[in-house]
Amino acid sequence: MAKSQTKSGADASVEHKSRRDFIVVATYAMGAVGAGAFVWPLVDQMNPAADTLALASIEVDVSKIVEGQSITIKWRGKPIFIRHRTASEIEEASGVLQDELRDPEGDDVRAQKPEYLVVLGVCTHLGCVPLGQKVGEVRGEYGGWFCPCHGSHYDSSGRIRKGPAPLNLEVPPYSFLSDQVIRIG
Amino acid sequence: MSASKFSNPVVRWIDHRLPIFSFLEHEANEYPTPKNLNYFWNFGSLAGISLVIMIVTGITLAMSYTAHVDYAFESVERIMRDVNHGWLLRYIHMNGASFFFIVVFIHIFRGLYYGSYKAPRELLWMLGVVILLLMMATAFMGYVLPWGQMSFWGATVITNLFSAIPFVGESIVTWLWGGFSVDNPTLNRFFALHYLMPFLIVGVVILHLVALHRFGSNNPLGIDTRGPQDTLPFHPYYTIKDFFGLSVFLTFLAAAVFFFPNFLGHPDNYIPADPLQTPAHIVPEWYFLPFYAILRAVPDKLGGVLAMFGAIAILFVLPWLDRSPVRSARFRPLFKIFFWILVIDCIVLGYVGAKPAEGMYLLVGRVATVWYFVHFLAILPLLSVIETPRPLPQSISTPVFGGGGGLAGAVAAPKEKL
Ligand code: HEM
Ligand code: FES
Repeated sequence: MAKSQTKSGADASVEHKSRRDFIVVATYAMGAVGAGAFVWPLVDQMNPAADTLALASIEVDVSKIVEGQSITIKWRGKPIFIRHRTASEIEEASGVLQDELRDPEGDDVRAQKPEYLVVLGVCTHLGCVPLGQKVGEVRGEYGGWFCPCHGSHYDSSGRIRKGPAPLNLEVPPYSFLSDQVIRIG
Repeated sequence: MSASKFSNPVVRWIDHRLPIFSFLEHEANEYPTPKNLNYFWNFGSLAGISLVIMIVTGITLAMSYTAHVDYAFESVERIMRDVNHGWLLRYIHMNGASFFFIVVFIHIFRGLYYGSYKAPRELLWMLGVVILLLMMATAFMGYVLPWGQMSFWGATVITNLFSAIPFVGESIVTWLWGGFSVDNPTLNRFFALHYLMPFLIVGVVILHLVALHRFGSNNPLGIDTRGPQDTLPFHPYYTIKDFFGLSVFLTFLAAAVFFFPNFLGHPDNYIPADPLQTPAHIVPEWYFLPFYAILRAVPDKLGGVLAMFGAIAILFVLPWLDRSPVRSARFRPLFKIFFWILVIDCIVLGYVGAKPAEGMYLLVGRVATVWYFVHFLAILPLLSVIETPRPLPQSISTPVFGGGGGLAGAVAAPKEKL
């Protein structure tokens, strides 16, 4: 190379080397950033699309549900359980001591109006739909729901009491538009 | 390299420019193979042929299959009723998956028994474990495609496993689904990946074979070959043996396809998927049952998932858990006993995995799960220290020719199945 042209040939080559190192590292870094920028769209395309995210909210008339019975409706592809609870179920749900619970949560926090419990019908273990909606289905040891997949028991507030599920049945965002109509979502 | 190896002038012309024939001649024809391989060595080639059968039937099925939640189930029914020979293709593909797993499981246990995972074949073994993982992912996604009840709920339960990961679990599951539940985006991507992954498997199989041909096959004695007297050319000796094995295999596959096509399946998968109703008793395909049993044996969600993946991950490090220099179980009296206990343990896990996770089944499942890990993490390292292996023969041909072994070698000779 140009070594022989300068007196301090060794110094120059050292300098060249570190300069070249810098260029090499900078090139790799740019390449990595570029590759990363290209990979992200490939990964992110798998996340929910705009129309999937834009799923409309739904309105439900709960006055038709007879006391002690439940209905199941579909929201965002998942079942929503709405149960019109009896006085004894409400009493049972609010009477539970917090330290008896795996995922402590008061019944008053979970139900905006104690008569109506609104929860996602998706077991928090691995996503099966628990039994207990239809008349005559098993409701588990705590009178709420029972998930047959791996045996999780939920109480009448939809809280996990026994079995492998870690969390209470999720309460979806909802509001009462009037005394009879709920909007979910 | 002499082109004169081939008499056909066209072959010679091509081989001079593209040495593909030399390559095949070297790797398949001349490839020296231990002469004492038993029938357990048929399962490698059977696995390769199963993969080809799956790809051929899969691509032809894909020509009539529709990956959409509203049409998938009906398109599979149409394949069964209206598409010419569609029933045959689907039944071969369905049962072929099960047979593929039977073959690969035997292939793996063969490796476990004869110590084929030990030096210098560690990478060969690890590539095999990668193939197993890819196969499991492929079969799982394939089972979702007909969009029956088991497809849907199997997909829901298995994808939800990832929600056990702390902090990012939920986002990962949403990302896998492309929505808030298993739905049309999920079905579409599963079809795309189900089409892709078998070809990834082909790639890893090629690496598996490159690693195999580096040191050649292990053998029932587990000792290295010492030269030409210990080996046979692969062709025609092992090609013919592999063909015989193949015809037996195809007989069994045909029996299943024509007489019991739904024996290994689950009737609930002929009910269209219903996102609002989980079947009372969901079970995965039979080849996932041992892993499912391990998942359910642990009472904690994250713990169960870790144990299940750990059961496979442990196979990656097996070459470093079993430190005994002797490969074959024939010369390891204690190891042999524990090997068979492990086989029974895996069968018990499979049985328990199909049963409801309660009472006796849960207990047995827990014991069997603990034993599985004890076997790999405690027994194998311990045996490498305390076991006294039986003396090894000097070479593969020694017992036959009686050389070096004296009278003992000559007496032992008829017992060796060669
Ligand atoms: C490693 C190789 C493969 C395995 C283990 C495998 C496994 C499976 C399984 C278990 C099913 C469900 C069968 C049922 O119950 O109906 C399936 C379905 C399907 N597979 Fe594959 N497969 C493989 C390769 C392929 C390839 C290469 C294609 C090409 C696109 C393909 C296309 C399909 C299609 C279209 C279906 C849906 C039709 C049906 O359900 O029968 N498969 N696969
Ligand atoms: S999914 Fe409900 S207990 Fe496992």
